[in-house]
Amino acid sequence: MTDSTTPTPEADQTPDKGTALLEFRKVNTHYGAVHILKDVDLAIYPGELVCLLGGNASGKSTTLKTLLGMVTPTSGDVVLDGEIVNDKPISYRVERGITMVPENRRLFKRLSVLENLQLGAYLRSDKDGIAADMQHIFELFPRVEERLGQKAGTLSGGEQQMVAIGRALMSRPRVLLMDEPSMGLAPALVQVNFELIEQIHEDGMAIFMVEQNANMALSIADRGWVIQTGRVVLDDTADVLLVHPELRASYLGGRDER
Amino acid sequence: MNELAPPRQILDQDWRRILQFGSLCALTLVFIALIGMPVQLDTRILIRRHLSLGYLSLIWIPMIMGYLVSKELVLEGIISAKKGPRDLLAGALTGMIGGAGLSLLAVLINNFDLRDPLLNWSPQTLEQLNFGNGIGFGIGIWLLIGGALGIFGSALHVLPALTAKAVGVALMTVALVSILETAITDLLEGFRLTFITDSLYAKRGGLSVVSTIVLVVFVALVTVLAAGQGDALRVKYDALDAPRRKSANLTMSFAGVIALLLLPLFLGKIMNELLANVGLFVLLALGLNIVVGLAGILDLGYVAFFAVGGYTTAVLTSPNSPWISPELHFGIVILIVIVIAAMIGLAVGAPVIRMRGDYLAIVTLGFGEIIRLLFLSDWLSPYFGGAQGITNIPPVDLGFAEVKGSDPRSVFYLVLFFCAIAIYISWRLQGSRLGRAWMAIREDEKVAEAMGINTVNAKLMAFVVGAILASFSGAVFAAKVGSIFPSSFLILVSIIILVVVIVGGMGNITGVIVGAVVLIGVLGGPKQPGLLQELGTFKLLIYGALLVFMMLKRPEGLVPNARRSHELHQEEFLQDAWLKGIVDDDDEEVTA
Repeated sequence: MTDSTTPTPEADQTPDKGTALLEFRKVNTHYGAVHILKDVDLAIYPGELVCLLGGNASGKSTTLKTLLGMVTPTSGDVVLDGEIVNDKPISYRVERGITMVPENRRLFKRLSVLENLQLGAYLRSDKDGIAADMQHIFELFPRVEERLGQKAGTLSGGEQQMVAIGRALMSRPRVLLMDEPSMGLAPALVQVNFELIEQIHEDGMAIFMVEQNANMALSIADRGWVIQTGRVVLDDTADVLLVHPELRASYLGGRDER
Repeated sequence: MNELAPPRQILDQDWRRILQFGSLCALTLVFIALIGMPVQLDTRILIRRHLSLGYLSLIWIPMIMGYLVSKELVLEGIISAKKGPRDLLAGALTGMIGGAGLSLLAVLINNFDLRDPLLNWSPQTLEQLNFGNGIGFGIGIWLLIGGALGIFGSALHVLPALTAKAVGVALMTVALVSILETAITDLLEGFRLTFITDSLYAKRGGLSVVSTIVLVVFVALVTVLAAGQGDALRVKYDALDAPRRKSANLTMSFAGVIALLLLPLFLGKIMNELLANVGLFVLLALGLNIVVGLAGILDLGYVAFFAVGGYTTAVLTSPNSPWISPELHFGIVILIVIVIAAMIGLAVGAPVIRMRGDYLAIVTLGFGEIIRLLFLSDWLSPYFGGAQGITNIPPVDLGFAEVKGSDPRSVFYLVLFFCAIAIYISWRLQGSRLGRAWMAIREDEKVAEAMGINTVNAKLMAFVVGAILASFSGAVFAAKVGSIFPSSFLILVSIIILVVVIVGGMGNITGVIVGAVVLIGVLGGPKQPGLLQELGTFKLLIYGALLVFMMLKRPEGLVPNARRSHELHQEEFLQDAWLKGIVDDDDEEVTA
């Protein structure tokens, strides 16, 4: 069940599995002496939207942090494009296409929207490319361009989410790590937010999303994992997971008598 | 002007407000009387025979409180009540409660002896409060004075706007002209305009009654006549197109620079000394602004780098240096100072930079003291002279001129040169990639890290740049004073620079410069006198009060960012737009 490299029969909408973009091979992590992730195997392929589900303290955030390089695994490998990057700094991974949209958006509140976007492109030096990408973000989110000179902290929740995604896109990533993208958003905005994510995904971006709102996440995802106390317990396509009885009972609030 | 509703009735909440402001007024008055300000500042005459700085330290309070008690927020969409007798009454009562506080103090001083804990519970204070006329007179007069000043303060609301403005400006001018007597005399002497000072001030200091009246009338007239001119000018400036505005800006800054360069030529020694001190603190504040304002690292031991600059210069230039005395030229020394300051910055920064917030502040506080104590220690006294310090630091030989402490004008020009460098560095860094990284770290260090910023390196860079700017200041300080002692680098210096940065406006170059000029210029540095030398020991109290006030009421500092105020306007605009179009706004978001 934990072997994600085996194609599942239902994988009709999963992209063709070449080499994984980003991979966990038997990753273990510890905080001090506490064992957090236990033999976790994950793989994200180009252009895929995958989500990681799990309850509180199940190791979701640690997975993200280990992918980005904020946490170093105690054993096992983090593989980026076939290269083991266990001890490489965050900047190395960001340069090679991993970017995180942090939980609660966490914009640089007293800096302008423009400065936030510029900071997303911090490691890039191709001025023309940066300008082009910024233009692309304005096309994606016209609202962001209107608010360019404003302080990020003064934006509404939805606008902040746009800037947070825009900031992440400014590093020209190949895989976007999203930590609880719908957290702290008004219910009406959650829907909009997932549409935004889907839109970016349709442009060919691989997205790895950690999310509490399992129903919503699975409805747009290609595949999903369920993690429990540091172990991957379920790994399947989103369609299968959506109707999985155990999952429905524990995460999808699913005792609906349909 | 909006239409006003007729004056409203006095409500319960008004009585509460009067009581509140009145008690505040009374408490402040008693506090000021008990710290001894009225007595100690009484020798400084502002208006001959009628007003001393000591009495001024008391009488401004009922006036301000009277003004504040009837100040009301103009609520949007609600017609404000017209100000009237009701507000005058409120002002009078507030002032009288304040006056009653002082009267009570006078009675208590008269009947009890609390001199043991309260040093200023003294006959002199009583004498001062009684105007030398016995206790009964004192009680009555303070009730009257308080009430009158309260009415005066609240009358500013009742009078027509222009009149109130004229009165306010005239009062401020009289206060400034009388308080800044030394500075004005010195300046006008430089311009050979002594006849003005001769007619303005009385022989033994202070304005004469006649000149006060003339000044008030003159200033009030000018205010009334010039009303609207400033606004008209601003409208004209705003109407300029971009290139014109740019050239206007250039002309203005050019004129400013020329004025700054020429000003010292017309100033006497004392004023030039003051300018040189202000310059040294501007330099320090600009450096700390990078560390605290941009990178958000609360460094409380900043004086250490000032000391490093000073001691490096002393060792390398002074023939009296106890260890090595290469007696190098200042130009070479400055280069070495940069290297050493950077190295010490790295050495101190490396271990502490991984800490955050409060912890970092405490550790830097410790490091600042450690460096001073090292210079003071017996262990290092063979190298740095211990408590005796290093003396006989030679003047800076520039070839065409000598910069030495006895010629503060030359020191000022040297400081100005370094300030220009510091301003340029700060300005360039602020807009740079590194500057953005610093601001990102200040806002959210974790996320900055996730953006790929090497936060440890960036913070170390801030520390080092700050250290270098402080060491420049230290180097010039050493050359100016001619000798250097550990006691010049007390922790107080760190604190005062921090206050300057906070009061001026963190992360804002103009604000920090204005802060340094105003605070150090007017109040003075830890050991350097300012324009208000008389304040002496009260200086630190005022620094503290100012810091608390600014943090509570104006955290963005004296000079808010042009960008920031622009944003505020934009916010208002956007809020209006949002309020009007709330429905379709939401639709748009849902269907996006």
